[in-house]
Amino acid sequence: MKLPFRGAVDCDIHPAPPPMSALLPFMSDYWSDQLQNRYIDKFGFTLTSHNPLLAIHGRPDWRPKTGTPGSDIDVLRAQALDDFGSAFAICNVLHGATTLFHGDMAAAILGALNDWLAKELLPRDRRLRGSISVTLQDPKLAVAEIERCADNQDFVQVLLPALGELPIGRRLYWPVFEAAQRAGLPICLHAGSLYRQAPMGNGWPSYFVEDYVTQATAFEGALVSLLAEGVFRKFPDLTFVLAESGVTWLPQFVWRQDKMWLGVRTELPWIDRVPREIIRERVRMTLQPFDAPSDARVIQRIVEHFESDDILLFSTDYPHWHFDGDDVVPDGFTSELIRKIAIDNPYATYARLPRPVAPARNRTEVSA
Amino acid sequence: MSHAVLERPPVGSARTRTRIVDCDLHITARSAADLYPWLPQQWRTHVETVGPHIRAGVYNQEPHPRMMARGMRADAYPEEGGPPGCSLELMRKQHLDPNGIEFGMLIALGRGIFEERNQHFAAALSHAINAWQLERWVDEDERLVAAIIVPQEDAEFAAQEIERRASDRRFRQILLSPKAQEPLGRKRYWPIYTAAERAGLPVAFHPAATGGGHPSSGAGWPTYYLEEHNTFGTIMQGVLTSLIFEGVFERFPKLKVVAVEGGFTWAPTLGWRMDKHWNRLRGEVPHVPRPPSEYLREHVWFTTQPMEEARNQDHLRDIIDWLGWDRLMFSSDYPHWDFDDPRYAFKIVLSEEERAKIFHDNAKALYGLK
Repeated sequence: MKLPFRGAVDCDIHPAPPPMSALLPFMSDYWSDQLQNRYIDKFGFTLTSHNPLLAIHGRPDWRPKTGTPGSDIDVLRAQALDDFGSAFAICNVLHGATTLFHGDMAAAILGALNDWLAKELLPRDRRLRGSISVTLQDPKLAVAEIERCADNQDFVQVLLPALGELPIGRRLYWPVFEAAQRAGLPICLHAGSLYRQAPMGNGWPSYFVEDYVTQATAFEGALVSLLAEGVFRKFPDLTFVLAESGVTWLPQFVWRQDKMWLGVRTELPWIDRVPREIIRERVRMTLQPFDAPSDARVIQRIVEHFESDDILLFSTDYPHWHFDGDDVVPDGFTSELIRKIAIDNPYATYARLPRPVAPARNRTEVSA
Repeated sequence: MSHAVLERPPVGSARTRTRIVDCDLHITARSAADLYPWLPQQWRTHVETVGPHIRAGVYNQEPHPRMMARGMRADAYPEEGGPPGCSLELMRKQHLDPNGIEFGMLIALGRGIFEERNQHFAAALSHAINAWQLERWVDEDERLVAAIIVPQEDAEFAAQEIERRASDRRFRQILLSPKAQEPLGRKRYWPIYTAAERAGLPVAFHPAATGGGHPSSGAGWPTYYLEEHNTFGTIMQGVLTSLIFEGVFERFPKLKVVAVEGGFTWAPTLGWRMDKHWNRLRGEVPHVPRPPSEYLREHVWFTTQPMEEARNQDHLRDIIDWLGWDRLMFSSDYPHWDFDDPRYAFKIVLSEEERAKIFHDNAKALYGLK
């Protein structure tokens, strides 16, 4: 169904990365020279995880006449913001530089990307907000970048790939979490792999569809890592947003963690309460792609399995193709739940988003 | 180094000038559309609506970006557009003609069939590239010969493709990437060696930028291109170790292997190390009855570029003595950035006989070039 009101916060949209030539002005002379000497500015940097040719990565009516999906800001404004009546949309620009092994080069490109976002893209529409892209090749560089960008209130979270080089909960990465928590920024683990290793524990599948389906198992891996390594305990004010993760796998995951914790909690004494409570308080998931059958009765049961209406955050995943028309909300979601995921939960998750003074329901609700 | 030293005449003498065999010449299609005449409609659609799906985080860029011009000679980009290695005319002008190349072995690495995860697509692409090589290159210049490229992960298809091409003398070897999903001596790859031995064609291994989906070094993923480049040598040692200890050369006694662009000065130490430990551990590998260095010496050829350069030229000479002067073959790696000009490739002084072996005789004998 469509959103029954205006004023939603869209927690995951994807402007296309700009051409490298647009980022050169935001780099030091050394890196600008390097990228030009190496011809990196002349070729693409296309993420295997985000291949724009694939049907799923560009809804047919959301593909601009020229360029890749999400590359035309005017089209994006009309389709992603106006058509859904969004109050805000969080821009997760997925850039190939995140996969670079050369940490300094990755930091130079991603730093330029953050500057381009802050100075070129976000000012184009007051509803757009950004995510800070960082490389984890050297966590110190990520910390420095978070600190450099944090004062700009248009950045609302830190963006990391869900399938990285090491499980994300490892202590090696804790300085990054420390910096994000200090700045009041959630960490967004977004779908996509660096492909440092196969996207699943069984080895390398042949097809992207397999990568995309089994990605949910890697999200489980990331989440169990955060839990087991004690990240939630160590960083009590840090929220983790799982973006484009799919959502229906979470209840069974929680059940398994709860049960296993009872059996093996002496291995992990720092997990001091049942995992379901931790996850309910600290983990959020974006709505699309919503991976359930279209039967409203099934969907209502799934919602109940979550045992919480705090977890989901509204998203279109624009310009990705997970639904047609404005049929963005699964049938079976109650209007209360829709209000929670589209308004209350996003504002609670992203403290930097200025919530309208009057409750949205009294101002902007449209009659059905 | 003085100007006088650098300005050398063409290799050898006028007599030998037109007799160079270059064992590593890179060609690539200007774009995927170049291959369309040989690609069924299903796969032309696939190129445009799905594209590559490889074991790496990015495509159309190397995971370890090269230092200059995307790893190419900057002057090798054709004026009319397209990547280096897509223009026969430019290759003739820059390399084949001025450097007196009598035969050139095409190494068509482009378009990623070795790292493509969709095996149906990889098969269609390799079939098309093999046909394209003949029509657009070998048939256009009599100096050129080709390597049959096959996707190693689909050994059944690879063997069929080799069998289809085996009697066509425009092909003189089979090309594989040493960075497979598993070490290439494993049995799942044996159909390729069965077909190669039956066809009487050597199997060449040439490093590819992306690989089998695991770190390119046993020490983990490198950070810099300098480190990644070192793996070209270590990966080659790994593939030879695997072939030998899996018993491939026992099972395929006529199989010949060429290590292209992997360096060669590590080969003697590899042989010594294998022999030393085989001697103690041979009970584990009863299917390898002879000292491993013997397989290395009998079955493996090496190309020169990029050549390690010892400060003392006697040291490099020692290495070639141990390796065998009949096992080393000149390669230029045109049009890559570290191209070896045949006039300057060797810093050591070679006798006429040694020069003849390295610059033409060894390759002519191995590939049956006349």
